[in-house]
Amino acid sequence: MVYLFVRPLGRIGGTKNFHAGVELRPNEMNESDTEERQGDGRVHLSMMVNGALRSLKVEPRMTLLDALREELGLTGPKKSCDRGECGACTVHIEGRRILSCMTLAVMHEGKQITTIEGLERDGRLHPLQQAFIEHDGFQCGFCTSGQIMSALAMIQEAKAGWPSAATADVTKPFATADLSEAEIRERMSGNLCRCSCYPNIVDAVVDATRRI
Amino acid sequence: MHPLTYSRAADPAAAIAAHAQDPHLAFIAGGTDLLGLMKDRAALPDRLMDINGLPDMARIEVLRDGGVRIGALARMSDVAADEEIRRRFPVITESLLFAASGQLRNMASMGGNIMQRTRCAYFRDEDDLPCNKRKPGSGCAARHGLNRLHAIFGWSDECVATHPSDVAVALSALDAKVVVRGRNGERSISFTEFHRLPGNTPNRDNVLDRGDLIVAIEVPDRIEGRASHYLKLRDRESYEFALVSAAVAVATNGLRIGSVRLAMGGVAHKPWRLTEAESALRGVSLDDVQALRTAIATSFVDARPLAHNTFKIELAQRVALRAVQIAGARA
Repeated sequence: MVYLFVRPLGRIGGTKNFHAGVELRPNEMNESDTEERQGDGRVHLSMMVNGALRSLKVEPRMTLLDALREELGLTGPKKSCDRGECGACTVHIEGRRILSCMTLAVMHEGKQITTIEGLERDGRLHPLQQAFIEHDGFQCGFCTSGQIMSALAMIQEAKAGWPSAATADVTKPFATADLSEAEIRERMSGNLCRCSCYPNIVDAVVDATRRI
Repeated sequence: MHPLTYSRAADPAAAIAAHAQDPHLAFIAGGTDLLGLMKDRAALPDRLMDINGLPDMARIEVLRDGGVRIGALARMSDVAADEEIRRRFPVITESLLFAASGQLRNMASMGGNIMQRTRCAYFRDEDDLPCNKRKPGSGCAARHGLNRLHAIFGWSDECVATHPSDVAVALSALDAKVVVRGRNGERSISFTEFHRLPGNTPNRDNVLDRGDLIVAIEVPDRIEGRASHYLKLRDRESYEFALVSAAVAVATNGLRIGSVRLAMGGVAHKPWRLTEAESALRGVSLDDVQALRTAIATSFVDARPLAHNTFKIELAQRVALRAVQIAGARA
């Protein structure tokens, strides 16, 4: 007997708010979800989000992604696969890129979180955001905030001398000058783009690396 | 995800006592595997205990005897960037860098990496297909299902899954040890004995018991370490689990192999050491491809393919050969 499987998008999530590409408002959620949300095992949590202290009350099972989107209204990080497979939910914790769908909000009490909303300064876009526009680094845009947050931290990792799977000799120090297109593609492989804008994304990152 | 409670471990002893007493409590560190398992309902702990605050468990340090001790809470990216490890054990660095993505490597702990559960799609499926690992006694959907990605060594009719960790393959080749603290104090488990073969209890991936906490991984000083390589083949170029992989560390006299350590991933329920090939390769010249091939083949006498993975037997031998050649060129 041969089993085949088809997995619906985001079928099991903290609040099942994303199904087949349609976001449901809270009053459209089914009853069991609403009950679960009201059962009060919620805990207080404070985090520095985009430079501001934010306090919230979350169920321990709530992912950081759901907390950012639903409790703090930061919809820049996207909920796409909800399985750590696509990178659309990428944010920074203490300056490091992570997947906010694969970690619980309660685990980050007191931490510095940066989302795409935290990159602009006084209404001016971050050079990396500007580079994505200039190089047409997106089509539908759903993966873009994750791409940009990932690329920004990736450039810092390269500057810190971190090697990658594309580095020929990991025993030698890695220099930013070694950040070739192949290196960028490898280091960005955790961010999928279904519109396949990869060549332009790479161009934007190459350009931004010079500007940052 | 299901409702659960959350606490932070205050100290190792309290964490171990809580874990020993409570079968519904799970430790969480990076969480990158555990959250996936919970979302797929393949793990349903009622209580999570966050061990990230435990002291001194994220350090990477050189031991007095020349070995390296990697704290269980060290992140994959920190270990991969560590200059001492890069210089002395490139096979460890490469195995980490060829795994997951930059984001996941920043999150995933070393202890969690070796605890990660199989990527067998039947095990991960939300619809509860037969899986003895997920639900003991329910059967194995992969045994006669789609098993292209499954084992060629050491499988049983109860389970044909492979272990997904890359760095575990490198650590197995180097004879690393897993340092575990449990109810009766601390003990070291040889890496080759840490993970289990499925037999008729595939629900158990490794030899740990309730109340066991991985505190570190110790890599002994190895002359073979410097000339080492991790070669991973997968269905796409990046961000994918291994179809077949090989970790090789070699010491040479001129062109002849003095000693070699060889383990493979993607072929068994645990990192698979090629002990027969290690013996047969001794004294073989690195430029004698036929002799290398013949020596490697001695470890494949017992390989047993499933319906869709016969190709792995030939592929694995080619991967082992290429990895030996690349590591040898570094000697």
